[in-house]
Formats: sequence, C-alpha cells, structure tokens
Amino acid sequence: MTGRALARIQSAPMEPCQPWPRYVLTWEDWAELAGLLADDALILLAVWADTGHVHALLDDPVSGTIVPISVGVQGGSYPALSAYWPVAIWFERMIHDLWGHAALGGAELVPWLDHGHWPVTQPMASRPGPPIRAPEPPVFQEIPGDGLIQWPIGPVGPGVGEAAHLRLTLQGETIVHAQARFGYTHKGTLTMMRGKPIRTAARFAARLAGDSTVAHSTAFAMAAEAALGVTVPPRAAALRELMGGLERIATHLDILGSVAELLGAAAVHGLCGLRQEHLRRAMAAGFGHRLLMDCVVPGGVAGDLEAAAVVTVRSALEALRAVLPGLRAMHIGNVLAARLNGLGSVDAARRTDPSINTATCGDAATRAMARLDAITADITALMPLLDALPEGALAVSLPSVSGEGLARSVSARGDVWHWLRLDHGQVAAVFPRDPGWALWPAVEMALCGAAADDAAVICCSLGLAASVVDL
Amino acid sequence: MLNWPRIRSLLPGAARAEPPGPVDEAALHALTAQLDETARTRLGRSLAIRHVNTGSCNGCELEIRALNGVIYDLARFGLRFVDSPRHADVLLVTGPLTHNLRQALVQAYDATPNPKWVVAMGDCAVDGGVFKGSYAVLGGAGMGVPIDLMIHGCPPSPARILSELRVLLELAAS
Repeated sequence: MTGRALARIQSAPMEPCQPWPRYVLTWEDWAELAGLLADDALILLAVWADTGHVHALLDDPVSGTIVPISVGVQGGSYPALSAYWPVAIWFERMIHDLWGHAALGGAELVPWLDHGHWPVTQPMASRPGPPIRAPEPPVFQEIPGDGLIQWPIGPVGPGVGEAAHLRLTLQGETIVHAQARFGYTHKGTLTMMRGKPIRTAARFAARLAGDSTVAHSTAFAMAAEAALGVTVPPRAAALRELMGGLERIATHLDILGSVAELLGAAAVHGLCGLRQEHLRRAMAAGFGHRLLMDCVVPGGVAGDLEAAAVVTVRSALEALRAVLPGLRAMHIGNVLAARLNGLGSVDAARRTDPSINTATCGDAATRAMARLDAITADITALMPLLDALPEGALAVSLPSVSGEGLARSVSARGDVWHWLRLDHGQVAAVFPRDPGWALWPAVEMALCGAAADDAAVICCSLGLAASVVDL
Repeated sequence: MLNWPRIRSLLPGAARAEPPGPVDEAALHALTAQLDETARTRLGRSLAIRHVNTGSCNGCELEIRALNGVIYDLARFGLRFVDSPRHADVLLVTGPLTHNLRQALVQAYDATPNPKWVVAMGDCAVDGGVFKGSYAVLGGAGMGVPIDLMIHGCPPSPARILSELRVLLELAAS
C-alpha cells in the first residue's frame, strides 16, 4: 500500500520548487489521492493557496521525503482534504477566508480568521470582495448533557498571554470539551509580504512570533536562498545555527519559568528567569537584539559576533549548564512533579504529526523533562560551534531573479516550514507553517478530562502562540 | 505577589535586582499636565496593570514576563499585574490593534475604573508598526481607546518599560 500514492504523485507534471519539486495534480488525481494518501500514512503538514492553486505539503516519515503538491482551482473550488485528514479543516477554513477558494466535500467552511470586521472579504483573492457579513458572535459546537457549564476564556485572557478564545464545557470541575477560536491576532501578514522585496518581507516573517523569530526568519531566508540558488557563507550559516539554539534555549526557559510561576514554584520560576535574562543580555551584547529579531536576513546574517561577545555568550551558557542539574532536581521534587504528572497529555496528537517537537508531547511532567533535555542538547551543540566559528563574509547579495523554494528550521515548538515563490526578487506568494497548526488541536484534546483550574498550566506547558496560526 | 528579594537570596550566584535608573523628565512633565487632582489623591504610589494583547506576536509578552520576574522585580516600585481590567489602573496594550480585537480592547477599557491610563507598549501598539496599512489592522491602540503613554521599541527592553512605567508612578505621587 505504502508508496502507491507517492508513485502516482511523482508521475504528475513537476514545478521546479527547490529543493523538493512540486507536483501539479489534476483535479481527479487530487480528489482520489486524498483518500490514498491518508492510507499511506503520509503526514499532512500544511495546506495553503495562491490565487490560482491550492498547495499541500506532505511528509513521508518512512522515506523522509518532503512532497509539495498542488491542484488548480476550478470555479472557485477544489476537492477537500479534510474528508480524510481532520488536520486539514483549519487550513481549509483559512484558505476560504483569505483566498475565497472553497473546499468541496470537506468539513463545513465556518468563518475562521474573518470575524466580519474587516473592510474587505477574501483579501488575498485577485479581486477582494466588499464586506458582506455583519459581525456576529462566534458559534460553538453544542455539547449535549445535563448540568454542563460553558466557560469562556479570552481573547483578553488572564495573565500575560496569547489572544485566543477557548470555550470550555465543564461538568463540575472537569473539562468535558474544549474548543478554540482563532483569528483575533490576524494582521494580514501574508498580504503585507506579497509584492515586497525579499529583505522587506523578511521583517514580517520575523514577526510571526516573538518566541520563534529566529526560526521563522531562518526558514524564510533559506526558502528564498533555495529559490534563488544562493548559498550563504559558512560564517553566516554557523551564526544562524547559534542564534537558533540560543532562541530555543531561552524559549524553553521562558515556558518552564511560566509553568513554575502558575504552580507557585517560586525557586524554579526565579532560576529560569535569572538564567533567561542572563542569556538575553548576552544575545543583545552579541547580536544587538534581546530576541534576535531581524538578525537573520535573506542572504546571511545582519551583524557579526565579536570575539568579546563570544565570551559573553559562552559564559551565559556555562552558567545555565551549571544550574541544570538543580533545575532538573526541582522538577522531580515535591512541588512540581506532584502537579505536573499526568497533566494535559498530548500523545494522541503526536501521532498525527512528527514535526512537533518532542518537548511538547506526553504529559506536562514529560514535557518539562524534554525541555530540560533539549536545553542540554542545544548547549552541547553550541559550545563547539562557539569555539570554532568559521571566518569570512556574513552575507551574499541576492540576485533579482524568479524561483520557488521551500525550507525548514527548528523552533522550540518544532519544525517551522516556509514556502515561497519569488518574481524578479519580489515575493509573489508565501506561506509559513508553524507547529502551532498541529499543537492547538492538541490542546483541545489535552484539555479534555483535565480539571478546569489546570487549563492555564496545560496551555502554558505547551508553549503556544496564536499569532502563528492567525497569520 | 512574589517575594523576589527572598527568592533571590536562595538562588545560586549573585542575583541582584536591576538598579533603577532616572525617570524620564520630559515624559513626566508632559503627563503631569494631564493629571487632575482627584487622580493624584486616589492613586498613591501603587498601580495595578492589566495587560491587553491586541494582536501581538508575543515578543512584547516575553519582555513583560521578564519585567515581572526576578531581575526587574516590578513589585518593588508598587507596580503589579492583575488579571481583570476591573482591578486595574493601567491598561498595558501590546500589538497592532487588529479589527478582530478592537471590541475586546474597548470592553477592557470600559471595564477599567476611573482614573485610568492606557500605555501603548511597542512599535505596533504605538502606531501599528510594520503592520500599518494592513486591511486587518486599524493602526495603534489609539485607534480604539485614548493613549496616555507610548513606549517605543520592537519590543522595548524590560529596562525601558520599567523606566516609562515609573513615570506614571512619579506622576501619581507628585
């Protein structure tokens, strides 16, 4: 069975997307393959669109092949994938709200990003429409049962967090159903990137999420470089790796500290905050920005790491490494372990997407341990890099040519993918795929059966961002 | 409210709170002019802050959490974060004001008792930042509610936010 659908895809006409060719399927093949592909245990990473096509990104975990596929939109619609892949539902709604393409035979296309407040409809379509709907309150799935209570959280939620809406259905103190609603932080990012020169569009990629700005900047830059056939200098590649590692470590510390704060484990909260601040100051000293925003640019990196800053970064990492055993012990110890064990398990979601970081799977205790392991691994990888940074140029100039590219980088949440098509040095179409697309549905699952009071801890332990799926 | 001085003494190494710098005089004078007598008597030297995300990328939130943490120790200045706008004196707004969150911001503002201040934190909340001109964005927080203080930066550093917030405090005491 496995491989049958792939072989059929690979006999379709090919578009030169670098480094993975994109296969343009006929309407019939797409509709039929949707069923075959689900049987093939292929992973659907993303579905997105441009004005004339709908694209999907597939990952074959057996062979490790990445396969982008496309289908032409006919009469404003295309065959739905959500009939076979539930994970496609949110993407299909997003495509309908932004481009107006309707998924035929799939889940109901309820408004997703478009809450009826925009001055246009289908803003990414070749002819955006006038506003047609009056803003209306969101409709949530009715959960049958006696004595159930609806508990709305957000979009202006408690604490310092994300602007999303969670609708919890409670039986007593237990969550029996959780539903998320998005689109609040929709900023029209894709429209803003379209038609811009690569360097300008990169500033929007860097602002998809502050906690993974390096990962998104790097994936965007690498996709552009692949499209243009450009190789970055070795020093730029090494500095990108260093920045990516520093960002992941700092983000893991932020999540560990925030969970500890919610659970009243002040020593862990304090220690994570202290080490994170030390690291962020080293990042600012080394690269000029505490979050490393705009430090990775298409073609290379924006600034150099001076020899003195190498020492600063190394000492921040060594100081962190020194406290890791203690931090681990505190997570096994009385306050945290008792609360985190068994909390918010997302094993079911893990099977649907291996691109999610392992640090987000299992229960909250497993997640905390995985984050500590990830920090250790990143420090171990970064130290030799700091010792032997290659010399040379920081960036290459980008030719104003056309092309299409796809690239991956790693954030604290998991794999970040960027696809883009360039037209004479300008962005003609782009789509960023953050692991948030797979993680938010995992939250809905993880919350079921949990105590209502634990909802904040569970969400926090997953390190979610709304902006990356709201676009 | 966390007892950071005690927690700091438990941490390894010499963890110290960030020394407070001078308060921005120009901003202080500008704001003093706006303040009326009732506000001065009611506020004292303590302010409750409610964070409102109007479309942020979560970069500003990272720095706010740092502000509330062991190094910047916001509480020693009488500043604290609260979970409800009904408990707040100050709304700290982050992110460009999206069409989809305008109503939420206005509701939070209406729920905040008088006297109240709105602080637009970060370039996005100041004027929309890079997202200015998008169909989905109205602009800065000022497009939804009146703004009293603006903190530039993308995102502003915790030290910068702290110094600007202390302007509000000094004002309350003057």
